[in-house]
Amino acid sequence: MNKLLKIGSNILKDGNSVEVLTGDWKSRKPIHIKDKCTNCMLCVPYCPDNCIIQKDNIIQDFDLNYCKGCGVCAKVCPFKAIEMKSED
Amino acid sequence: MAIRERLSGNEAVATAMKQINPDTMAAYPITPATEIPQYFANFVSNGSVTTEFIPVESEHSAMSACIGASAAGARVMTATSSQGLALMFEMLYIASGLRLPIVLVNVNRSLSAPLNIHNDHSDSMGARDCGFIQLYCENNQEAYDNTVMAVKIAEKARLPVMVCYDGFITSHSIENIILMENEEVKNFVGEYNPEEFLLDDKRNISIGPLSLQGYYFEQRKEIADAMIDSKEIINEVSREFYKITGRKYELYEKYKLDDAEIGVIILNSTAGTAKEAIDVLRSKGIKAGMLKPRCFRPLPFEEIPEEIKHLKALAIMDKTDSINGYSGPLFSEITSAMYTSNINVPTVNYIYGLGGRDVKIDNIYEVFSDLEAIAKTGKVNKMTNYLGLRGE
Amino acid sequence: MAYSIKDMVNKEARFVSGHRMCAGCGAPPIVRTVLRTLKEDDNAVIASATGCLEVSSCIYPYTSWKNCSFIHSAFENAGATISGVQTAYNALKRRGKTTKNTKFIAFGGDGGTLDIGFQSLSGAMERGHDITYICYDNGAYMNTGTQRSSSTPHFADTTTTPAGSKIPGKSQMRKDLTEIMVKHNIPYVAQTAAIGNQKDLYEKAEKAIYTEGATYMSVLSPCPRGWGYPTDDLLPVTKLAVDTCFWPLYEVENGIYKVTYKPAKKLPIEEFLKVQKRFRHLFKEENRWMIDQLQKEVDQKWNYLLKQEEFTNSLDK
Repeated sequence: MNKLLKIGSNILKDGNSVEVLTGDWKSRKPIHIKDKCTNCMLCVPYCPDNCIIQKDNIIQDFDLNYCKGCGVCAKVCPFKAIEMKSED
Repeated sequence: MAIRERLSGNEAVATAMKQINPDTMAAYPITPATEIPQYFANFVSNGSVTTEFIPVESEHSAMSACIGASAAGARVMTATSSQGLALMFEMLYIASGLRLPIVLVNVNRSLSAPLNIHNDHSDSMGARDCGFIQLYCENNQEAYDNTVMAVKIAEKARLPVMVCYDGFITSHSIENIILMENEEVKNFVGEYNPEEFLLDDKRNISIGPLSLQGYYFEQRKEIADAMIDSKEIINEVSREFYKITGRKYELYEKYKLDDAEIGVIILNSTAGTAKEAIDVLRSKGIKAGMLKPRCFRPLPFEEIPEEIKHLKALAIMDKTDSINGYSGPLFSEITSAMYTSNINVPTVNYIYGLGGRDVKIDNIYEVFSDLEAIAKTGKVNKMTNYLGLRGE
Repeated sequence: MAYSIKDMVNKEARFVSGHRMCAGCGAPPIVRTVLRTLKEDDNAVIASATGCLEVSSCIYPYTSWKNCSFIHSAFENAGATISGVQTAYNALKRRGKTTKNTKFIAFGGDGGTLDIGFQSLSGAMERGHDITYICYDNGAYMNTGTQRSSSTPHFADTTTTPAGSKIPGKSQMRKDLTEIMVKHNIPYVAQTAAIGNQKDLYEKAEKAIYTEGATYMSVLSPCPRGWGYPTDDLLPVTKLAVDTCFWPLYEVENGIYKVTYKPAKKLPIEEFLKVQKRFRHLFKEENRWMIDQLQKEVDQKWNYLLKQEEFTNSLDK
C-alpha cells in the first residue's frame, strides 16, 4: 500500500502560487520613467499579474519575477511613464 | 432501550436522518426516493431537526451542493434514485475524488430507456466504479441500520457511502422495525470534525485543483487505498453498532450456506424471498443456501469465494444487465474473484426482476432446480439466464 | 467614504501573482479588484467553474487564492457549489465551528455561466442564497480555444463559428444573461467593466457582495488571444466596448434600473470592431451590412436600457 505520499489534492497553503515565477514568459519588460510618473496608481490594479509594487501610494518597482511582458501598464499610464523594452 | 415501530423503508431512513440531524441536506425529488426529502422537509419545517435544507433544481446540483457543503465542513446527507443518480454521475466521482464523506441513500430503480419507475439495481450498479462505498439492504431494518452506520463509516474512511435498498418493495412497504433511541444515534455518530475544510477559522485552503501528470496518479491511488482500508472500518463500525443494538452486520450474510450443496448469491429484497424458498427446500431435504452481500464496494473478493467453494452449483443473481453480451456485474465480479482465488464451482448467472418484474417464490424454486441438475452433472449448459421473462 | 483608487490599491490583494493566465488577460484585474472590496477581517469562500480562471489559478500544488478559501468541483455547478458552501456556513456558525464573517462568491466564465452552468446559476439565484455570482465574460470558451458561447457577439469569428464564405461567423445575437438575472427577482444585478480608475467595477462589486441575498454581476473580460488584439490594449479595448455601448454599464437594484455610465461621445460600433481580428471579415465590402446590423442591435439595447431607467424610476417605490 502506497502510504508514503498521503498528499490528497487539497492545497493547504493559501496564495502559495507566488512560488511560481512567471517572469520567464516575457520577451519585453516595463521601464518605469520616474520623472514622468505622477504616482496616480492607475497602473497598479490593471496589472494582470500584480507586479507593480507601491508603498504609501508611491510606485516602488515592477516585479520582473512575475511580469509576463503584456504591456497593459504602458497603455494604461496616462503620462507615458512606462515604456516596454524588448529583452533581447 | 429500543423503540418498536412499523415504518416503510423511506420513513425508516428519514427517521435515521432525523436522529443523525446532519448540518445540510441538498436533495431533489425522484420516485421512489421522493418521500425521504419529503419526510425530512417536514422535520425541517417543524424544527425537529436543525439541518439546513437546500431544495435544489436538479440532482446534478444536489450532489454539487452536497460537495460544497461537505467541503465547507458540514455533515451532509442526501437521497436519490435511478435517473437522478445517473444525472449525478459526474459529481459522484468528484465527491469521492475529493474524499468527502457524503452519505447518499440510493433507492434502487431501473434506468431508462424505456422509462420505468420500479425496482432493479441498474442505477447503483451503473455507478459501481465511482469511488463510493456501497452498502445493500434487504429490508427497512437494514436500510435504517446501514444509514446510521454509513455516516460513521464515511467519516472514518473519508469516502462517500451509498446506501441502497429496493424501490417500492422496501421503500414503500411497511414492516416491523426496531429503532434506536435519539441519544443512542447521537452518541454513535458523534460530532463531525474534519481536518481540512473551507470554513476553518485557522487557515484558508483550496479544494478541487487541476492536478496534472505529476500528481494525479498518486492522488487516485490514495482513493483506491482508502477503499481497501474501508473494509476494516466497515467491520469496526459494525461491531460498535452490534454492541449498542445487538444487531450483527458483516460484509455479507450467510443463510444456511455452510452445509449447503447448492447456493445463490442475491442482493437486497429478493434475499427475503430466497430465504423463504430455502426453508421449504430444506424441509424437503434439499440442501439449499444463500450468500447475501451487504457490502459490494469494496468487493469482499477474498472472503466470498471461500464461503461458497464447497458448493456443487452456484447461481449469482443480477437485478441488472450489463448489456455486454456476457453477464450481469455481480456474476462477472464474483466469478472473477473465484478465479483469482482458484475456486471453481459450476456457476450460472440469472438476470431477473428488471423494471419491477415480480419475483415470486416459484422463480426461486426454478433457479434451485436448475442448480440441482447442474450439481448432478457438474455441467452448466446455459450460463446466463433470464428469470421470469414473458413468452419464453 | 468616496471611492479613491489610492485607497483601493492599499487593500490586500487576495488573488496573487504566479497564476498562469495569459499575458494581458482581462480576468485577473477584475478578480483582484472585486476581492479588494472585502472588508479586511472578512473571510471569503470562492467557488469557480472550470475555465481559464480556475485552471490557471489552482494547479496542484499551487493556489493563487489568498486569505480566502477556494473550491472548484466541476464546469457547470459553481452556482450550486457555492450555495452548498453558504448553507453549510449557516449550520457551522450555529455550531460554533466557524466564527469569521464570511462572504460567498462564485466566478465563472461566460461558458460556465450562460451555457453549461446556467441551470445551476438560476437555481442558486432563485433560492436566494446569500451569495454573489460574478461572470467574467470574454465572449467564448477561451480555455478550450475560443469556441463560441451564447455570449459570443453576433457575427464574431470563433473556432466553432469560423468566418466562412458560406457562413460568416456567429449567426445569432448575443444572449443577455444580465437581463435574465434581473427577472430572477434578486436584490442586485449589475453589468460592469474595468475602465478608468475602476470605480464602476469596485462600487458595483462591493454592493453585490455586501447586499444580502443572491446577487449577480456580468463583467466584461477582454481576451487578447480570443478577440485578436495586442496584449497591451486591455484598457483601450475595454474602453471602446463601453464607449460604443456594446457593453453598457448599468445596475438594477430591486428592479430599478440605473445606467451608471453614459459616454459623452457615443462612438460607432465600428471603432470597437476594427481593433479585433475576430471581426476582421466584417470589413470586407460584401459584409459591411453586418456592421450596420450590429449597430442597430447595439442601439436598440442601449435605448431599451435608457427607457428602462426612465420607466422603472417613475414607478412609485
